[in-house]
Amino acid sequence: MFSRSIRVGAVSSDQIEQLHRRFKQLSGDQPTIRKENFNNVPDLDLNPIRSKIIRAFFDNRNLRKGPSGVADEINFEDFLTIMSYFRPIDITMDEEQVQLCRKEKLRFLFHMYDSDSDGRITLEEYRNVVEELLSGNPHIEKESARSIADGAMMEAASVCVGQMEPDQVYEGITFDDFLKIWQGIDIETKMHVRFLNVEAMALCH
Amino acid sequence: MSRRGARGPGWGLLLALLLALGVVPRARGVEEQGGTVQGFQVVTFKWHHVQDPYIIALWILVASVAKIGFHLSHKVTSVVPESALLIVLGLVLGGIVWAADHIASFTLTPTVFFFYLLPPIVLDAGYFMPNRLFFGNLGTILLYAVIGTVWNAATTGLSLYGVFLSGLMGDLNIGLLDFLLFGSLIAAVDPVAVLAVFEEVHVNEVLFIIVFGESLLNDAVTVVLYNVFESFVTLGGDNVTGVDCVKGIVSFFVVSLGGTLVGVIFAFLLSLVTRFTKHVRIIEPGFVFVISYLSYLTSEMLSLSAILAITFCGICCQKYVKANISEQSATTVRYTMKMLASGAETIIFMFLGISAVDPLIWKWNTAFVLLTLVFISVYRAIGVVLQTWVLNRYRMVQLEIIDQVVMSYGGLRGAVAYALVVLLDERKVKEKNLFVSTTIIVVFFTVIFQGLTIKPLVQWLKVKKSEHREPKLNEKLHGRAFDHILSAIEDISGQIGHNYLRDKWTNFDRKFLSKILMRRSAQKSRDRILNVFHELNLKDAISYVAEGERRGSLAFIRSPSTDNMVNVDFSTPRPSTVEASVSYLLRENVSAVCLDMQSLEQRRRSIRDTEDMVTHHTLQQYLYKPRQEYKHLYSRHELTPSEDEKQDKEIFHRTMRKRLESFKSAKLGINQNKKAAKLYKRERAQKRRNSSIPNGKLPMENPLHNFIIKEKDLELSDPEEAPDYEAEEMSGGIEFLANVTQDTATDSPSGDTGSDAPLTGRSSPPAAAEKPPAARAPSQPGPAACDPAPPTPVPAPPTPAPARQTTPRTLSRGRGLRRGRGWSAAGCRVRTRVRRRRAVCTAGARSSGPARAAAPRCSSSRLCRRRATRRRTRWSRRRRRCDGCPRALHVVPSTAWSRGPPVRGLE
Repeated sequence: MFSRSIRVGAVSSDQIEQLHRRFKQLSGDQPTIRKENFNNVPDLDLNPIRSKIIRAFFDNRNLRKGPSGVADEINFEDFLTIMSYFRPIDITMDEEQVQLCRKEKLRFLFHMYDSDSDGRITLEEYRNVVEELLSGNPHIEKESARSIADGAMMEAASVCVGQMEPDQVYEGITFDDFLKIWQGIDIETKMHVRFLNVEAMALCH
Repeated sequence: MSRRGARGPGWGLLLALLLALGVVPRARGVEEQGGTVQGFQVVTFKWHHVQDPYIIALWILVASVAKIGFHLSHKVTSVVPESALLIVLGLVLGGIVWAADHIASFTLTPTVFFFYLLPPIVLDAGYFMPNRLFFGNLGTILLYAVIGTVWNAATTGLSLYGVFLSGLMGDLNIGLLDFLLFGSLIAAVDPVAVLAVFEEVHVNEVLFIIVFGESLLNDAVTVVLYNVFESFVTLGGDNVTGVDCVKGIVSFFVVSLGGTLVGVIFAFLLSLVTRFTKHVRIIEPGFVFVISYLSYLTSEMLSLSAILAITFCGICCQKYVKANISEQSATTVRYTMKMLASGAETIIFMFLGISAVDPLIWKWNTAFVLLTLVFISVYRAIGVVLQTWVLNRYRMVQLEIIDQVVMSYGGLRGAVAYALVVLLDERKVKEKNLFVSTTIIVVFFTVIFQGLTIKPLVQWLKVKKSEHREPKLNEKLHGRAFDHILSAIEDISGQIGHNYLRDKWTNFDRKFLSKILMRRSAQKSRDRILNVFHELNLKDAISYVAEGERRGSLAFIRSPSTDNMVNVDFSTPRPSTVEASVSYLLRENVSAVCLDMQSLEQRRRSIRDTEDMVTHHTLQQYLYKPRQEYKHLYSRHELTPSEDEKQDKEIFHRTMRKRLESFKSAKLGINQNKKAAKLYKRERAQKRRNSSIPNGKLPMENPLHNFIIKEKDLELSDPEEAPDYEAEEMSGGIEFLANVTQDTATDSPSGDTGSDAPLTGRSSPPAAAEKPPAARAPSQPGPAACDPAPPTPVPAPPTPAPARQTTPRTLSRGRGLRRGRGWSAAGCRVRTRVRRRRAVCTAGARSSGPARAAAPRCSSSRLCRRRATRRRTRWSRRRRRCDGCPRALHVVPSTAWSRGPPVRGLE
């Protein structure tokens, strides 16, 4: 089991042990975790996109198990797979690997937005996400959230397509468009979690 | 702080100044003169009465004028940092004064420096601190600030002592403690110098925040080290006990944490106060300055770290204060703060130069001076490398070798060190003068030499530069999503990291702090994403108006076809990087207006009313309120009617709806050019933005300047834009023709069958189809047209004239016409002054300047008639729609428009 996650390049053995402990704690000593188990994490309650994040843990695309669908339960290996999305970029990696790493991370986010797994973030989906994102602030009305999503979508369209043909319709953000939007933006600090025992970080590869 | 005890400000500089200027006889003589006259004097010369403030004001003036002088040449300022120039200027001025009087009466005294010059700079730094970046790197900054400074102080002091023991420095009356004292004051990186130099270098933000944060936070260490060693020197080396050392370490924590705490408390107070200033808007900005200054003084009084106090006061209050105070106040605070900081910085560097011209303080010891320079550079580099090595094991974003080089090289010493060394007591520190001169040398060396070379170094090393990007909605949204994901991952994996802490803090802030410290209305709108959205909308609106102004008409707003593509109708890349100002447009269009006002007046009246109303309505509907032109009623307590908020909200929603609609139209592909236009607009907005607020370089708006630049731009961008302009020319000319020729009652709903083809949507197919004949229209000078065609170079303003002749005329007929009109405006001015004045007056009074400013240029084109008919019908329809609208117009176009309303959250 460990061998695969190391192949995945997830996290070092120390961290794996630590995460394993956490995993057992969450699952109540069961071999698998179900969605309900995440309810035991009290800090998560305040997270406005909680449901989306939890869903991402069970998303087959993220688990590399299929093009769509949601798993009912995940074992520790899957758990590690998800966690490995958040490993920091290692300085020893070459340019290509860094790009690959970056792409993987963005794909995770993309999958979170694209809830129907059709490879596009449609306006509906985007609105949905933005509404959830802003739901933390009780003062923002739904209408504002929607318009913000609309504005963002427009922006995306202008970034990705540029000039449109008269009868062209922008259906939604594809993953390529998504990458385009992120072009030139550093995600070095944005998509990384430094797991606690950094000592073993170097062993990552 | 006790160490920074007062020393009378050396403002006895009157004599020297007067001598230097060689204008007035000595002041004493004046007094005597006064004494001889008896009885009542009509005029008296009371120099002594005004002496001190007068001289202060004069010095500030000299420094500011010098700054203007530097910036006359871009070449110089782009190579040599301003701080270095100011020091040199100070040296020159000091030399002049010395040559004249042989008294060095101008010096930078510690009192003036610490009480008046330093606080504004530090407050500015704190108030505009990028908080997230700062706290994200807080650990790193603290390590450099504390350990790094102690390391520098200890190693420099000890090494110098070692060399001294070897006898290389000759015979000096210095002990180990003196060396350590010197080391402690020379060790600290100076915030003023760092800010001054790094501001011009633009390294990436992480690097900048680390160096700059270090320079701010090391104050506590410097204060403690300085105080400790000073008292040790006073005690004498033999009497220092272990207890004293422990006390020193304890005092470090007291001084640093105490200072921070004072700052936080005052920040809380300040935020709380600004929550209740709704009815005293006019003094709102004052609170920000007074309360933060009080935090500085308070911690100085308690002998805590004053710099830390005011820094943290700024850092902590910024969020709440910015939310609480009105937009105008926020702008005032921003500008005032920048002005004070930049002014203080200027004076500091100039006086550093002046202070150096005083033979009394100079004591040269080659070995000591040179070794000091070597040691501070070398040990800084070693310290940085060692600490970075440790840090990189914990940091997510690694600091690379290049970063380390810049960090070591950026360790500039400055005025703080100088002020501290001047404070030394000569009776206790026997070699004070040696220390002073060495400090001056070190400061000059770091500021001038390193300041000069750091830019090439950064370029040579290819250090990652900071890039100024537009805020993008998508980026912000995704960033927010990442934040939540990361904190969730940390929650799930059960550890406490940055994200966890930040998340907890955000929640705490939202639940408690914001509720206490923010106005209720502000709580609603304070969301980063909303702000960005707001900003983008604002830009849309601004450029929308600007576009209208540029075309000389707001007519395009009125076209029904544009109703569903508001702020999208920017199909032409616009030529101006500087927005068109109304005054410019007035000037440009005046000749056309002036033509036949008398006869037209009658016929236009009814139309104009409608038009005004429509314009008003549209402005209300779509635009954020432009900056108000203040009423001429004098009031000390009221500046503006504050109807902003509900209007803001209303307009906000409306614009959002419009954006949505335009989005739909984008989806349907109605407006194909929009995207390019949008991108262009961004770019343009960015340019505007970039010029916005670097310390001390506030944007200046000069109408004449505008005018010229704009003209030049027109020239440059002519060829590729010509076609659009023909179209535009068409719409502009014809609409106004329509205004005039359609004298029939506009309300008559007669022509309802008229087609609804979009008149002004330039990208819309029907309009495009009509282009060719329409474009011809303006070139046939009708009876009413006063504008000579392009070739006539009528007496024009001298500057842009040569450039104009190079314009490819064939390509840009429309443009040429337009410009011709502009110049003819200048030409016609004399001839038709009376009329023109009248026209302008009318326009002003009816206050739809841009709309009014254009006027008929051809009168007898069939096509025009046709279009006019269509227009009429539209108006009548529109008018009905507009019924609820108040007749009076509140929107007064002024030059302020071109700058747009003050943009919130741009800082």
